[in-house]
Amino acid sequence: MMNNISTTMNTTTTTKAAAMIDSKISARNVQVFYGEKHAIRDVNIEIRPRSVTAFIGPSGCGKSTFLRCINRMNDTIDSCRVEGNILIDNENIYDPKVDPVQLRAKVGMVFQKPNPFPKSIYENVAYGPRIHGLARKKSDLDDIVASALQKAGLWNEVKDRLQESGTGLSGGQQQRLCIARAVAVSPEIILMDEPCSALDPIATAKVEELIHELRTNFTIVIVTHSMQQAARVSQRTAMFHLGLLVEENDTDKMFTNPDDQRTQDYIMGRFG
Amino acid sequence: MTDMTVSSNAPMAPAQAKSLLTLDDRTRRRNAAERRFRMMGLVGVTIGIVALVFLLGSILSNGLSSFQQTYVRLDVFLDPARLDKAGTRDPAEIAKVTTFGYAPLIEKALADSMAAKGVQGEGISVKAAAELISKEAPADLRRYVLADPSAIGTTVTFDLLANGRIDGYYKGRVTMDSAQLDRNVSPQQLMLADRLKSAGILTTHFNWAFFTAPDSSDTRPESAGLGVAILGSAYMMIIVLVLSLPLGVATSIYLEEFAPQNRWTDLIEVNIANLAAVPSVVFGILGLAAFINFAGLPQSAPVVGGLVLTLMTLPTIIIATRAAFKSVPPSIRDAALGVGASKMQAIFHHVLPLAMPGILTGTIIGLARALGETAPLLLIGMVAFVRDYPAGPPEGFFDPASALPVQVYNWTQRGDPAFIERASGAIIVLLVFLILMNLSAIILRRRYERRW
Repeated sequence: MMNNISTTMNTTTTTKAAAMIDSKISARNVQVFYGEKHAIRDVNIEIRPRSVTAFIGPSGCGKSTFLRCINRMNDTIDSCRVEGNILIDNENIYDPKVDPVQLRAKVGMVFQKPNPFPKSIYENVAYGPRIHGLARKKSDLDDIVASALQKAGLWNEVKDRLQESGTGLSGGQQQRLCIARAVAVSPEIILMDEPCSALDPIATAKVEELIHELRTNFTIVIVTHSMQQAARVSQRTAMFHLGLLVEENDTDKMFTNPDDQRTQDYIMGRFG
Repeated sequence: MTDMTVSSNAPMAPAQAKSLLTLDDRTRRRNAAERRFRMMGLVGVTIGIVALVFLLGSILSNGLSSFQQTYVRLDVFLDPARLDKAGTRDPAEIAKVTTFGYAPLIEKALADSMAAKGVQGEGISVKAAAELISKEAPADLRRYVLADPSAIGTTVTFDLLANGRIDGYYKGRVTMDSAQLDRNVSPQQLMLADRLKSAGILTTHFNWAFFTAPDSSDTRPESAGLGVAILGSAYMMIIVLVLSLPLGVATSIYLEEFAPQNRWTDLIEVNIANLAAVPSVVFGILGLAAFINFAGLPQSAPVVGGLVLTLMTLPTIIIATRAAFKSVPPSIRDAALGVGASKMQAIFHHVLPLAMPGILTGTIIGLARALGETAPLLLIGMVAFVRDYPAGPPEGFFDPASALPVQVYNWTQRGDPAFIERASGAIIVLLVFLILMNLSAIILRRRYERRW
């Protein structure tokens, strides 16, 4: 873990210079309503490519809601309304011309509770590439599945039992299977909604290590309740409170000397 | 501070330390209430079991005998002099001979057989002796000859149906005393039947014809069978399954996954729930008005019955399917959408397969209910007396047919007590079908049930 933190510090110093110019995701005046409830208030944020950005904040502060805006998963909720723009590679994903299905191939998601399909391990990973037509032949598909499982650090554990049910794996393995499933469609961004909240510390450590490795190829946005986790895995941290983006800063600064008093209070455990 | 704690603690503190080994009043009352509730449950279950045993006992004791039938085994000489006077073997000519032409052949065969086996008539005329044989027998003989004219001139062994009274005599329905008062059978005939039985001419064996033969007229209960009714019920079930499963599942998918939540869908939902509770006779009237009077479909036809039962089954299937869809955890939907599946793909690739056991269970239970339904079929004319088998599907869907529960209802209306036995037998057949369907529902559910 020490190792991780030191690399974290190194990369943050280098990315600092490139701020503003090179952002993968930029949110402009995003507002989210659930019926009458104003869940997200005027959020503006720039998220950098090939880095890990952590969203922290007390329960119900809107961090998961905002995360789900980035791949338009909120579309599935009838009462949910999103205003403002979210740009990915300078394209507004809330443009009427954008098909959320295409968007979600580019922006993968890993959920709070491991949710593998009740199918075989192979089928779990192969499903995405298959519906997006990424493989022409069975052998191509096999390669995609193998490489996704390798990237998710699960290959050695499951290579001999790809036809067994994905739901038969342990919780940590299931979550890494879900990560493999997201990786298999080769997205550019991976959203993770508290991916370790249902896992024990050892499985959590493995997933964190994995996040650290994935950073070289993907832009990762992670919502977490654990401030230690945010400190361990992310380069940038954004603090949400009552639907507002309170502060967004380099992770090491955020946890040592935050600009905002509320961040300070939350990190010190005075509320939340 | 100390004052407060003392005063607030005082009422809470137990007056004296209680032993755990003695029960206080409160606990005793609670335990008594629990015992009373358990007793009531036990009594309820016992009453239920007794009622079930009584029901099954009465049906089985009345109906099992219908699976046995008394036959008279005779070597009948198909006399060309009577059946084909011209000797041309022309089917048209042979068809002109009515059942009255065949009756004497049976009489003669019976007389010959009695003489050969040494059975004494004891003053019973050959005509009275021939009354032991069903009036259906000459018709069976005629059907046999028409199907195979080359049999004329040969001697063929037939198991001819015994008269219903003779059959009833061996099933305990007819006694010497009752025969005294009966115009249709005399004690002398019963005694002759006993002599024939000991000579091996009269035999009792399994009644396959009960499952294959059509209905019969009031005077021939011995030849009544469920053939047309089973076929009619099967046709209706095919129609119900083919129409209501896709329609019901599609409706549920739309309502559950695609329809916006507004006043209209609420209204539809309430109405579906209400339709499931509408008395089935009402569907019969609807079917009569819509399918027969308006659409001009034939009466007594399985297609109309199937349509009416489809209307009746649809709400059940829709409700079961929606419940099955609701029971699939939303995380599966999220997972599919998360990797970029469209809504339709998420539903058809993931949610529907997981909901399938629930859907199938609901469908089979709906079908079982439709199979046992009588009232709506009475209104669309399926209670008619049908002796001709409907043709094979799909034309057969438009031919007149009967249905199992209607056949039961029909037979219980008949005068001859032999029909009570037939009706009970038909109930057993119906129950066996229903049990098989429910069993398959249970097996399907067990087999495909998944845990998340």
